[in-house]
Amino acid sequence: MHIPDGFLATPVWAALDVAAAPAVGYLARRAQRGLEPAKVPLLGVMGAFVFAAQMINFPVGLGTSGHLVGAALLAYTLGPAAAGVVLTAILTVQALVFQDGGVLALGANVINMAIAGMLAGYLPFHLWGTGRWRRPAIFFGGFLSVLASATLALGELLLSGVVMPAAVLGVSFGLFAVSAALEGAITLAILQALASINPDFIRKPQLNRGRALAWVGLAAILLVVVGVAVASTHPDGIWKLAGETGIALHAKALLAAPLADYQLGLLQSVWLRKAGAGLAGLALIYGACMVGGRLLARPRGT
Amino acid sequence: MIHRRDARAKTIAVLVFLIALATARRNFLAVGLWYFAILVAVTIAARLPILAALARVAVVVLPFTLVFAAISLAAGEPLAAITLVGKSYLSALAVLVLLSTTPLPELLHGLEHLGVPRYLLMVVQFLYRYLFVISGEAQHMRAAARAKSGSLKRVFFDRSKFGAAAGAMGVLFARSYAHAEGIHQAMLARGFQDRFRTLSRHAFRGGDAAFLMTAVLLLAGARVAIEAWI
Amino acid sequence: MEPLIEVHDLHFQYDDGTVALDGVHFRLFPGETVAVFGANGSGKTTFVLHLNGLLAGDGDIRVCGMVLERKNLARVRQKVGLVFQDSDNQLFMPTVIEDVAFGPLNLGVDRNEAYARATAALEQVGMEPASHKAPYHLSAGEKKRVAIAGILVMRPEILVLDEPTTSLDPPGQIALLDLLERLPQAKILVTHDVQSARILANRAVFFEKGRIAGEGSVEELIARFSWDRARNRQATHI
Repeated sequence: MHIPDGFLATPVWAALDVAAAPAVGYLARRAQRGLEPAKVPLLGVMGAFVFAAQMINFPVGLGTSGHLVGAALLAYTLGPAAAGVVLTAILTVQALVFQDGGVLALGANVINMAIAGMLAGYLPFHLWGTGRWRRPAIFFGGFLSVLASATLALGELLLSGVVMPAAVLGVSFGLFAVSAALEGAITLAILQALASINPDFIRKPQLNRGRALAWVGLAAILLVVVGVAVASTHPDGIWKLAGETGIALHAKALLAAPLADYQLGLLQSVWLRKAGAGLAGLALIYGACMVGGRLLARPRGT
Repeated sequence: MIHRRDARAKTIAVLVFLIALATARRNFLAVGLWYFAILVAVTIAARLPILAALARVAVVVLPFTLVFAAISLAAGEPLAAITLVGKSYLSALAVLVLLSTTPLPELLHGLEHLGVPRYLLMVVQFLYRYLFVISGEAQHMRAAARAKSGSLKRVFFDRSKFGAAAGAMGVLFARSYAHAEGIHQAMLARGFQDRFRTLSRHAFRGGDAAFLMTAVLLLAGARVAIEAWI
Repeated sequence: MEPLIEVHDLHFQYDDGTVALDGVHFRLFPGETVAVFGANGSGKTTFVLHLNGLLAGDGDIRVCGMVLERKNLARVRQKVGLVFQDSDNQLFMPTVIEDVAFGPLNLGVDRNEAYARATAALEQVGMEPASHKAPYHLSAGEKKRVAIAGILVMRPEILVLDEPTTSLDPPGQIALLDLLERLPQAKILVTHDVQSARILANRAVFFEKGRIAGEGSVEELIARFSWDRARNRQATHI
């Protein structure tokens, strides 16, 4: 789900841009060291592949069809660091050339899909990618990548005060769950097709490295997803929180207050503390992604 | 005139636009209308087809945005609805105007000067170069599949069609990979060793500075003025 | 006369064990154009990829007197210009001029000089007006000419062309052959296109299962290996 500009509250999109910039810079530097500039054409072409692949319809029945999102597939074939760079490039092209997703919101979309969603998809493969649980792991990875990124997006919209009554949230969540399941099925089917063309296309997960940290990462992501899902059943609670911290687009409250008072309010420590708490939460998620990324993107001894 | 401006000046101007628009709260209607007028003026000055531009942005942005706007309206927040539609539409229109007056490779060179990591921009450049090549191959495969199977639609879930689509993707993946290897060989054959060197020469001229200042004045200054006086 | 390229007993095996080259001996002299015939999979393309070090097999290769090894790859790649079969893979930069300038920039030439050389090379192939176009918008024939410009700009002594006339319409083929005839470099022409070989080449070799099974004039080899479809059809009708 690509968030356009104008939906997220300023503290939200600004914080996510600030968080995404070093993450992307880190990925780019990591990719430059581990993958060499010679791999740039491969990453670019694979990005073009995902774009083109999104045009191919997978018939699901009843006249509908789904299409590939691709974060998990890229992570399983190129590795998480390269996948992160490719996904960021895809999101950039979508935002700039096709106006699909906002420019100020790029930080949010990158964190949701290229970093958190991609890692969420990679972790099951890292943990169970070999052995008898390989196929369910791949399905679960595809599923989780879409669900995690969609959930984060919903959470950010809620935090920004976008009006979403419980019914809407329920329907959205249901639709996301269906897309996520579709992504799992499509990812698994494509990976099987790849295996019969050339098994070397698919990475071999290194089981010994940091299993504990991978488990922690997986648990964290599941917590966030479930947390937002539960919180979404009480959207009023989140609204109230957003209203109190002053970051919601509550037109009523703002129109009433004269400009001077609003500015004073901004500077008061109460607001700063609460907003700080929200930003700290986001920073935690970002930190978890960084650690996960650093761990999983370690080059393989060659 | 606008087409020839330095990419960095245009990019910064658009960023100022986006930030000023995103942070606008008081008197949004007035600010939004003024910003819309600026965009229309720029579009016409750049000799771009104004109606096509407006329509294209509508098609991309409105389906998603109108849903949320309708929900906001139903919940009794008409201003929120207007803000959502206004901000997302105008932001997308601004980006479209930027891309219509600046070829993407130039824009990317400008972004590099503004501090975006080169590695990422090179990947974007290659992605864009091969986007239509790979999409073209994907379309051929779709046409071939359609010719073979009559209709792509089925009432119930068709496992073989699903598998066939996955197989087609596998082939497309392999082809893309082969393209990448061919490109790599072509790069090596012409002496590529460690990094990409570019031809780009950028000069930030007086005209660019003037353009940038005018933009900042019109956008930020006008907003401050509107919020103070209305 | 010293040969420009000398290949002695070249062997190459792919990772999966398939033998692609099984003892190839080859020489190229200045001013020559050699046509390379052979069925698909006979080793022609694998062979030419060794000439500028893109593949490394077992055996001796000398280019312009230098033994082909890692430390002089850069110089070899300047001397041996390889024009690939797929022009889309070869023209990977956003604009024509940037693509042609890619080679000189890698050789360490400064920007202004690289730009000037690229413009000159494009003029040589008649594509200078398209300098700022994106490769996507060019026809197959135009792309091939730009690809050749990208090689000529490096001032090579040898041109290797892998199936240059595939996917070209007849006018495109004629334009390409005209261009190639005017170029002074020694050439190796891997091709299925018997007509082009007849026009350009003064010698030919025939690849079969990774070895050169025959050498001689173009007509001799075409007859010996029944390589001309038109003539074969006539023969069977008699």
